[in-house]
Amino acid sequence: MSNEQDIERHTIAVLVANEAGVLARVIGLFSGRGYNIESLTVAETDTKENLSRITIVTSGTKMIVEQIKNQLRRLVPIYKVADLTTDGPHVSRELALVKVAGSGEKRVESLRIADIFRANVIDSTNESFVFEVVGATEKVDAFIKLMEPLGLVDVSRTGVAAIARGANAL
Amino acid sequence: MAQHDTQMTGAEILLKALVDQGVEVIFGYPGGVVLPIYDELFKQNRLRHILVRHEQAAVHAAEGYARSTGRVGCVLVTSGPGATNTITGLTDALMDSVPLVCITGQVPTNLIGNDAFQEADIVGITRPCTKHNYLVKKADDLARTVHEAFHVAKSGRPGPVVVDLPKDVITGRGEYQPPSRMKTKYKPQVKGDLKAIEKAVEMIAAAKKPIFYVGGGVVNSGVAACQLLTQLVRMTGYPCTQTLMGLGAFPASDPLSVGMLGMHGTYEANLAMHGSDLIINVGARFDDRITGRLKDFAPTAKKIHIDIDPSSINKNVMVDHAVVGDAAHILEDMIKVWKAKQCRPHEKALKEWWATIEGWRGRNCLHYENSNKIIKPQYAIQRLYELTKYKNPYITTEVGQHQMWTAQHFKFEQPCHWMTSGGLGTMGYGLPSAMGVQVAHPGALVIDIAGESSIQMNIQEMATLCQHRLPVKVFILNNQYMGMVRQWQELIHGGRYSESHMEHHPDFVKLADAFGAVGLRATKPSEVDDVIKEMISVDRPVIVDVRTDASENCFPMIMPGMAHNEMVLGPEENVKVEPGSDEGGMVLV
Repeated sequence: MSNEQDIERHTIAVLVANEAGVLARVIGLFSGRGYNIESLTVAETDTKENLSRITIVTSGTKMIVEQIKNQLRRLVPIYKVADLTTDGPHVSRELALVKVAGSGEKRVESLRIADIFRANVIDSTNESFVFEVVGATEKVDAFIKLMEPLGLVDVSRTGVAAIARGANAL
Repeated sequence: MAQHDTQMTGAEILLKALVDQGVEVIFGYPGGVVLPIYDELFKQNRLRHILVRHEQAAVHAAEGYARSTGRVGCVLVTSGPGATNTITGLTDALMDSVPLVCITGQVPTNLIGNDAFQEADIVGITRPCTKHNYLVKKADDLARTVHEAFHVAKSGRPGPVVVDLPKDVITGRGEYQPPSRMKTKYKPQVKGDLKAIEKAVEMIAAAKKPIFYVGGGVVNSGVAACQLLTQLVRMTGYPCTQTLMGLGAFPASDPLSVGMLGMHGTYEANLAMHGSDLIINVGARFDDRITGRLKDFAPTAKKIHIDIDPSSINKNVMVDHAVVGDAAHILEDMIKVWKAKQCRPHEKALKEWWATIEGWRGRNCLHYENSNKIIKPQYAIQRLYELTKYKNPYITTEVGQHQMWTAQHFKFEQPCHWMTSGGLGTMGYGLPSAMGVQVAHPGALVIDIAGESSIQMNIQEMATLCQHRLPVKVFILNNQYMGMVRQWQELIHGGRYSESHMEHHPDFVKLADAFGAVGLRATKPSEVDDVIKEMISVDRPVIVDVRTDASENCFPMIMPGMAHNEMVLGPEENVKVEPGSDEGGMVLV
């Protein structure tokens, strides 16, 4: 049995009304109550029903994670809250744009590694590449780490998008 | 043309929506952008407007109105400073779950974000201190939004809702929508899960040292919930303790009541919590003033938690069993299940349990050394209770020692007669709150039991009382100190009375006179009864200045960071606070 005081990481999916201020409510809840946000992504996902989906990766003790979900459910424009980590298996992906500048052997090496990671080159100049890499957070982390000695200059990450495995919808 | 006929201005829509929501009274203060609303108010007579002297007081008055009637309180203020002055009141209402709708004016939509005159981002500012808030962007959305605001304010766990109205929405034209056409996705759970209720009843029937721990949630649920609670407690014969917010949910005179629990609760209530094997929490939230040191809170008890707000469950204290829903529904089902299963309390165990509790009760923890020379604050409250109970008065308080003494010594037999700032602890709450209560109950005796420091935080409302002929009685326990601050400084900070003594106070009798109210004073114990009787007999606002013992402390007390079984009963015990308690800086004041 896990200890009540162990810090766990949870991926939480939240369906919200796509209206002004709803993201501020969610973020304000986290900052006001001292919860962690490790990653947060949001975009409209249902234009007919005017709904957005927020994916939050957070961490805390079991009690805190329960609190986070219950506090989210209290917000009026929040329709659904699901804990993907506990509700069953799920998949999660992140996309990163990684800029590497340099020349010579380092430049060639960065291309080789990109190939291993199945990252695409989406911009190229004589002294730089922009790679697009998609995968679980750990994969993106690893790719960025490998690029560091090869002339890494800039990174932009989307944060985590996650969805439950199987036929059921949120 | 036909279509044009159904169009109304935003101001007209607003007032129609308020009337359709059953609003009779608005507490407010006019200003620039809401003038078109005030113009509409001028032309009608269905909505009564109470003109306050400060917007914070408007919110507290609406709170008093709401809490003494069970209805939604309504506030109307202008943009900018008018709106920002409501923040303390809104936060107070949020903490104590009071249903309010606060209409704020806003600069025209095309000026929002331009730092316009009297602009404040009130939706942004009030987001964390309201249950929900709205910025209305067009007159067509206004009626629907107001209806939803009332729905949100009173559904589930009640709370304050702000509706921010830009001036062009107030003056623009739009379609009115009746409440019946409001669609909302906000539908909190009210019925409790039957399986969970059955399990709760089984646990209750099996308990040997049980205690009911009831809070403001029962009062909020309504008078019916309080009657059902009383019925259930009496069916079981178990002891019942109430939180500060729950006073009145269960009759104080019932022998099953062990009084208030927590920091200044009774010895018997706190020790019963500590020694119990089952705590049945109905509508309370294991607040830090209740639990004391968390790791030693009720160590042997299983805990059942009944609450309408799932986020209250397992927030501070992990419970063994939870039932989510409205107290009235759940209590009704519990009684049915108890009867259907022909449950019987464990008679022998209960008898022993009560014998133990009676032993604790025998310590007479609310005892104090009375004096015939100087007025003891407890004595003043006891006399006030004895001399007014036949009138079934409504009591409000400010915050501090007087508040705790009132909670200890004033006996509440019914819900909705006790209005105090519990969660936020807002000094200045009592007078405006009493004003709202008096508006709702014109013939009733409404008393604000105050301290001389708290009362000065919203003293301006004496003018409102006089203008609207609201005969509120202000009963000041004047000890020349911020008493609770002084008490903590004496007990915890080595008697260094840093800034807790106000060297200058107004002459409250003359002040009453200046406002057009009646001022009375008692300086000797023998005068207390007379001033109370005179206060009751006057059909005008009254300030009673009761000069009390300046050095009296409020006991019993659980010192900060201590547990229920470490109560200090009185000054004769050598109070020693260990600053090095192992929770260190984690212990809240």
